[in-house]
Amino acid sequence: MLVDLLYFGELRAALGRDSERVDPPSHVLTILDLVAWLSERGADYQAALADRSRICAAIDLEHCPVGDSFFGAREVALFSPVRGL
Amino acid sequence: MIDIRIQKSNFDPGRQLARLEELHAGAVAASLSLVAAGEDVRAVTIEHYPAMAKRELARIAGEAEARWPLTGIILIFRHGRLLPGDRFALIATGARSSAAALEACAYLREQLNARAPFWQRVLPADAAAQAATRLPAAHPREA
Repeated sequence: MLVDLLYFGELRAALGRDSERVDPPSHVLTILDLVAWLSERGADYQAALADRSRICAAIDLEHCPVGDSFFGAREVALFSPVRGL
Repeated sequence: MIDIRIQKSNFDPGRQLARLEELHAGAVAASLSLVAAGEDVRAVTIEHYPAMAKRELARIAGEAEARWPLTGIILIFRHGRLLPGDRFALIATGARSSAAALEACAYLREQLNARAPFWQRVLPADAAAQAATRLPAAHPREA
């Protein structure tokens, strides 16, 4: 299942990219699964995604808990906590 | 009236509050956010998630409109490079009663603070000096 991944905030800076299209295996169901799968792709991902407490997500433009499934999503965004006012 | 703007350019808070006054509200409340000044901050770059920001701001404004009898809501967020002291965001509400305007403004501020998809990258005050220091080392290779 192809998914467009977008990165914002600290993750964008750490990974040095703002987006990519991925095709995760079928056992990758939730955002946390996705983060774990991405972390296995190399040292840069592992380092950028190491602190799970600072990873937030949105599925198809909606904030979501990282335990949520992204099955059927077209776009998943991963980002550090928002700036605030 | 709900007016939501996400823009690079600066804005005039007085003009925006006057727009709410023109709706004959009994009260106008506002919160103006600035880029915090600090000795170690030369500038910041505000990035955002455009499609989600537009949708999330509209949703939050809709929630406030449903909860309080408002005559108007103005939300303005800036993105791009900003300097300490620059205006970053304006939240303004108009209502017949000051209680409604203030409560709605506080609600909007709280929700936007937690949900508006904007991020800040700080350019440290010594970044330019560091960059300048690095340049001569690279230059001989180009010669």
